[in-house]
Amino acid sequence: MKHVHNNNERAIKKNSPSFFNDASIVSFVIIIFSLILFYFTFYFDEVPPILNRGIQPAAFPKGLLLIIIFLTSIVYYLSLKKPWEKQTILPKNFYYTLIILILFTIISKTIDFFLGLSFLSFAISYLWGERRILLIIFVTIIFPTLVFLFFESILHLRFPSGIITDLYYG
Amino acid sequence: MENFIYMLAPLFSMKLFIILFLGTLIGLILGVLPGLGPTTGGALILPFTIPLEPLSAIILLTTIYCAGTYGGAITAILINTPGTPAAAATCLDGYPLAQKGEAGRALGMVTVASAFGGIFSVFILVFFAPMLAKIAYEFGQPEYFALAIFGLTMLASIGEGTPIKNLIAGAFGILISTVGLDFMTSIDRFTFGINILTEGINFIPVVVGLFAISEMLVQSTLLNQVFNRVALKAIKLPTLNDYKLTWKTILRSSGIGSFIGVLPAEGGTVASLIGYAEAKRWSKNPQEFGKGSIEGITGAEAANNAATGGAMVPTLALGIPGSATTAVILTGLIIHGVRPGPSLFREQPDFLYGIFGAMLFANILFFILGFFGAKIFARVTLIPSKLLWPMIFSLSVCGTYSLSQSYMDIWIMLAFGVIGFFMRRFGFSIVPVIIGLILGELVEGTLRQSLVIFDGNWLRFFTRPIVVFFFIFSVIALLLPYLRRAKK
Repeated sequence: MKHVHNNNERAIKKNSPSFFNDASIVSFVIIIFSLILFYFTFYFDEVPPILNRGIQPAAFPKGLLLIIIFLTSIVYYLSLKKPWEKQTILPKNFYYTLIILILFTIISKTIDFFLGLSFLSFAISYLWGERRILLIIFVTIIFPTLVFLFFESILHLRFPSGIITDLYYG
Repeated sequence: MENFIYMLAPLFSMKLFIILFLGTLIGLILGVLPGLGPTTGGALILPFTIPLEPLSAIILLTTIYCAGTYGGAITAILINTPGTPAAAATCLDGYPLAQKGEAGRALGMVTVASAFGGIFSVFILVFFAPMLAKIAYEFGQPEYFALAIFGLTMLASIGEGTPIKNLIAGAFGILISTVGLDFMTSIDRFTFGINILTEGINFIPVVVGLFAISEMLVQSTLLNQVFNRVALKAIKLPTLNDYKLTWKTILRSSGIGSFIGVLPAEGGTVASLIGYAEAKRWSKNPQEFGKGSIEGITGAEAANNAATGGAMVPTLALGIPGSATTAVILTGLIIHGVRPGPSLFREQPDFLYGIFGAMLFANILFFILGFFGAKIFARVTLIPSKLLWPMIFSLSVCGTYSLSQSYMDIWIMLAFGVIGFFMRRFGFSIVPVIIGLILGELVEGTLRQSLVIFDGNWLRFFTRPIVVFFFIFSVIALLLPYLRRAKK
């Protein structure tokens, strides 16, 4: 049975187009990202030769990006010989957590920093399965308030203004 | 004698002693919580250290390092999940021992082994760090460049990820360090017209993002994971027979751990694996390994705790981090305006020996707290992820924001959280990014200054013996993983 299973896996690996495996996608993303940054290095200002100490400011990042591209090509080449382990599909919770993070950045920037924190704490604890009201209140309201007060009173940090924060600051 | 008195400073200052105690307590709690540990925990604590004076801040971070490394063993033994990566080898025999009803004996033994390894390594640190610093007096810019390259090539052989992937991650870290105004010419690099980026990317948002936020995303994929928890009745002092069986292993692993720790970029994880493997090799009962061997857990734990002092040697003497957590400590030093290196030994011995003393007392303190509080600390593992991680997120966001009160830092933290998640998913270790980020300025600065000294002639690097020595070791470091694989 195991033998059949292995054969099936091999068949899948053999039949799947090589470009759509993890190694190809990751290598492609790194190389494209590096090439874009490499392109930008041509727009760095240059120091006149008389003031140039050692190398131009663009030379070091250019060298690094070339090293990254070279090493990534090796990683891709090696993956052709020894394919990467296939990753399990990411669960829905991961994507929901990502969406919550994005919503946090929007709420904290546009409405209120503290509200953003409370929203995220509530959303994540609820999404991850917490249903006990008192604990949700602790994580959503009490803990962020304690953190807020700690930073505000002990570390003298002034949080950005917003609906709730302004109530505190008057 | 004067230095010895400096070492006692944390005991005679109420403030430092409280910080020492708190650091040990926090370290134990962080070590016990799977996914946190001293590296992520240290990264989370970093922003809180800013209002503290440098010595207090670094004592807090180093005690968290020492206690957190031990704390990982509690979780490894009781729930078969290492609280820290360095405790992974402890699971192999710790959990089987716990299943046999010997959790108390196992915890007692790892407490003794960890404390011994940690204290042993502090003496290595006190002895070798000043020696290494003296050697480093001879270093000019080319030697520092070669040393930094050696430190970076050692990334190839660290635990997670394949060697080439680690090097890519390290290069990525250095690339991040180039963002902002070029320090020699004040020319903008990768700022894309965003003013705030001209100051460069802060360490803390990157560190917190890569460790804490990426871990939160990892936890979001592990919600259905079930831990089989073994109840702990009481922690037991090892018997005379246990000591007879393990003293050689503890001593050997302490030596191995201290040595591995001194090597740049290596750390507790590698040390514990080698300590475990050597314990098995030298054991009279190798067949017991994996089934509940007391030698196995002591071999791994003495080694990973011994690596703490060892890893501080290059960190303090050369400014090259010896492990992931010391990279965080190095970040703390830089944030507080302390530049590690030979001059630190000459100019601030009170500061340095204060740290050495704090590490020594942290090992004694976690030994005491471990014996009396292991049962309580074990309960920390009962905090569910669904409550723990939202709280950690609140701390991460506020801590990161507190640096320069800028939203940009929060966005950078979140972006690096996502990058860190995908790096880990596809087998790229995140530790090299941090080490690359820290060493980036040193690598570029020393390279460019060396080229000024050499009139742009690259070949003149090879006219300096220390440079050639480090280049040869760099090549060996690059080949090491392949040699290890060939040996297997």
